[in-house]
Amino acid sequence: MADIPHNFRRRQVLVAGASALIASPFWFEIARADAPNIRIGFPTPLTGAFSAEAQDQVRAAQLAVKEFNATGGYKGRMAELLVRDDKLNPGEAASRTLELIEKDKVDFVVGSLSAATTLTVNNVCKDRKILFNSISQSDQINEASDWSLYTFHEALTPHVTAGAVARYAFPKFGKNVVYLTADYAYGHEMVRGFQRAGEPMGMKTLADIRHPLGTTDYSAFLPRIQALKPDVLVLCNFGRDLLNSAKQATDFRLKSTTKIITPVLLYTARQAGGPEAFEGILGGTSYYWGMEDTIASARAFNNAFRKAYDGAVPSDYGALGYAGVKSVLQAVKDADSTESLKVSIALRQLRYDWYKGEQFYRKCDHQSVQSVVIVESKSTVMKDKYDVFKILSVEAPDEKNLRTCEELGHAVTRT
Amino acid sequence: MADLSPQLLALQLVTGLSLGAVYALLAIGLSLIFGMMGVVNFAHGAFFMVGAFLGVYFLGMTGSFWLGLVIVPLVTGLLGMVTERLFVRPLYGRGVDYPLLLTFGLSYVLIEGIRMLFGIEGLPTATPVQLRGAVNIGIGLFPLYRLFLIGAAATVIFGLWLFVEKTRYGLIIRAGSRTPDMVRVLGVNMSRIWLIVFGLGTAIAGLSGALAAPIRGVNPEMGIPVLAESFVVTVVGGLGSLLGAVTAGLLVGVVYSMTSLFAPDFADLSVFVLMAVVLLIKPQGLFGKSGYMG
Amino acid sequence: MNRQFHRLRVPAVLAFLTLFPLVMPYQALAVNILIFGLYAVGFNLLFGYTGMLSFGHAAFFGIGGYLTGIAMLDFAVPWPLAILAGVLCAMLGGGVIGFLAIRTRGIYFSMVTLALGQIVYYGFYKAEGWTGGENGLRGITVAPLHLLGIPIDFLNPLTKYYVILIFVGIALWFVSRVLNSPFGAVMEAIRENEKRAAACGYDVVRTKLLVFVLSAGLCGLAGALRALHLSIVPIDSLHYLQSGQAVMMCLLGGMGTFFGPFVGAAVYLLLEDTLTNLTSHWMGAVGIIFMLCVIFFPKGIWGSVLDWIEGWVVRSPWHPR
Repeated sequence: MADIPHNFRRRQVLVAGASALIASPFWFEIARADAPNIRIGFPTPLTGAFSAEAQDQVRAAQLAVKEFNATGGYKGRMAELLVRDDKLNPGEAASRTLELIEKDKVDFVVGSLSAATTLTVNNVCKDRKILFNSISQSDQINEASDWSLYTFHEALTPHVTAGAVARYAFPKFGKNVVYLTADYAYGHEMVRGFQRAGEPMGMKTLADIRHPLGTTDYSAFLPRIQALKPDVLVLCNFGRDLLNSAKQATDFRLKSTTKIITPVLLYTARQAGGPEAFEGILGGTSYYWGMEDTIASARAFNNAFRKAYDGAVPSDYGALGYAGVKSVLQAVKDADSTESLKVSIALRQLRYDWYKGEQFYRKCDHQSVQSVVIVESKSTVMKDKYDVFKILSVEAPDEKNLRTCEELGHAVTRT
Repeated sequence: MADLSPQLLALQLVTGLSLGAVYALLAIGLSLIFGMMGVVNFAHGAFFMVGAFLGVYFLGMTGSFWLGLVIVPLVTGLLGMVTERLFVRPLYGRGVDYPLLLTFGLSYVLIEGIRMLFGIEGLPTATPVQLRGAVNIGIGLFPLYRLFLIGAAATVIFGLWLFVEKTRYGLIIRAGSRTPDMVRVLGVNMSRIWLIVFGLGTAIAGLSGALAAPIRGVNPEMGIPVLAESFVVTVVGGLGSLLGAVTAGLLVGVVYSMTSLFAPDFADLSVFVLMAVVLLIKPQGLFGKSGYMG
Repeated sequence: MNRQFHRLRVPAVLAFLTLFPLVMPYQALAVNILIFGLYAVGFNLLFGYTGMLSFGHAAFFGIGGYLTGIAMLDFAVPWPLAILAGVLCAMLGGGVIGFLAIRTRGIYFSMVTLALGQIVYYGFYKAEGWTGGENGLRGITVAPLHLLGIPIDFLNPLTKYYVILIFVGIALWFVSRVLNSPFGAVMEAIRENEKRAAACGYDVVRTKLLVFVLSAGLCGLAGALRALHLSIVPIDSLHYLQSGQAVMMCLLGGMGTFFGPFVGAAVYLLLEDTLTNLTSHWMGAVGIIFMLCVIFFPKGIWGSVLDWIEGWVVRSPWHPR
């Protein structure tokens, strides 16, 4: 050691010291109030393909926090939302969730937008016994292998969404169906949901064409669909994939012979894609602001959102962000505690109506039983930039539409 | 599959060719820059994306799709030349890795720049009015715009070939890529050559983007998968070969299209398998000769 | 100067890394730096020292992770053995891919490795029953255990860090030994001039293949450790973008130096983490910093630092002349 100049060691120390200063928690520490805040971690893909949906989730979640704090919080403790960018990347989502739990010491986690990230966040949370309320679609999060007492699922499942659209659309448009499916778990789950609901109605699957996730050019799949001449083409994909496949199906003049439906019509995707791409397309969603005409809580929610955000209306995923946080905070009050286990038990008993009518969490898998809205894209007579969908029907919440507890691998519980 | 018919196969083949046309255009831009300068342009997909955004933007501003097709390559070409002059030139002589990393960083900057200018969602696009609709090409309905794409790509490729093979400037470029020192001795300014070549490559990339925009939505991340596709095609064809880029582009398009018919979930994979197979049999690519365009 | 450094570099690095988690904002980030540092160092064996730029190394990173996870989940293998399984499978993958790829050179070698890596990616993607497909492999939990009376609970972030540090430390020591050996000299000879090395009588093909396998094993170890760290294995561990990350980290830090890739990994991850928390435009900022580093630090950050130190030492009064 004597051979090395002292400055080499000093260099090491300086480097360590500099990196400590740069990365020190000092920069990120928030001023502490007298009573510790109720901290809710919120990992969501602020950058990447779904950043618009994610940012709406954040806005709506922050509204929920504001409303909670405005009523005095819980025993004087205010709620606080810690938003983190998971970049739509499960590895990053895991790291961020670890950060939220280990460094920021959050009490609960709500969030994520893709099935892969939501399952990942769930895994990290359940190992550490932190309550997680998932606000993104997934069939697997309800299954026994991924589920835990700390896992809650605010969002719809592909099974229910696809089933609702199937129950509405199939009797109307014909029996021969082709599926153009994104080749990942979510896509497969949607097809399964359609087929389950459709078989009793006599639906015939002509083909289930699986395209790689993220395909931008669908021309290679369309000639075959053209040749099959189905009554219904179901686009079992999401977001930009849906936009591109819908556009290109239109280019190949499929709409003249075939009705195009999709399990999930995203409000933000429709706004970005424009009226022409989505013309005549019908699909399901968890929420559309137009429900305010018939549902009081929708009107209240929309007005609060408009007031907070310059006249803008909340999107479907935004509403889920709102409800996800609101449910957890309500359960804190009901349980009179911020311990995840106690809050979990309170959430299981909760019956709520935050924005679209009554909802509750099924006991065996903590799935939020809720309504599904069937909408059709508007291409003419749009009053303003928000008026993009026409509500065709609302399927009322019904436990029967979910997959059974046994099928998911749960022992049926009573409490 | 009971529904296979000769018409369907033929239609699928035509689809493959239209896909291939875009691939070929993409590959040429990349191949030009690597073949002539030995620089791997990792921002190729980003320039494609910028071209797509600019195309939609100019369409909105001027109402003319065709004017956009002229302006976009000029703008992206200029952007490319600025990149070469300011960022790539200091790295010459350091080996092939450094321009790679630099252009990778540049792609991040371009993506973020477009996000800041045009928003994170992307822009809605529509096929230009004159080219809408599908025509019956005897074997089925095929979108008119895609036929136009095949034609447009062929025109650009032919124009480039004329330039490189038949003009004096093209001669200088070809000579400069093989023996730059000799060309310098003869009094030609190699720096200017490289500037122009880089600009030409990015111009073509931007043009490809503007041409592709009406088919697919335009969003800031659209260039990322394009980069991988371009590399695959370029390498299969052989870096630095115009004929190679075109052949490989069409080949990849047809392979992708045919795989989509028989095993659609393996469509993406088929392209990589093709690349692996070609390179293992012919390690220089189909027409690969280093530093020679032709 | 160099000889002294080579002897002491591993202890110096390990000393630094032992204190490291105490200055990081959160331990999970520090563990990520360890893991990606190892990944980059393993990759650098092939890239910086032998001069072969592979774009498919994520395949080994992913194989290590997945096989470790599968061993634990489906075969109830205890985690240290599972790590071994992951490493061995990664080395096997390295042997196969290396054998195929070594026939090509230069940019074509890079592209073949990219293609072969993508094929591995798709294989794992489609094998949903084993790997979870796009949702990734989940549920990789390390049960708390007692070793010589000391409780080891992986849920404790600091404990996790030091356990992983043990593995990384052993791997780094191994790399250092390889680089210091005659074999290491042959590696560098191949990088400098392959034909000359062959002319000197060295079996170039065998050396390249062996380096490939060793490099794959190290990257596989990094992947295995990551599986234990995150308790999941994401599918994009196998994607070429993950391969690209290894390249970036090596170049940023300084290839051809022992500690450079580690520094590159640390800088890259810290940069991303800090910037992500500061702005949603972190991508642009990272891009700009990259470009500046490439233009002004041609030898990478650590390479430049070492150069600077060496220059200083040579000019200093202590240096023997």
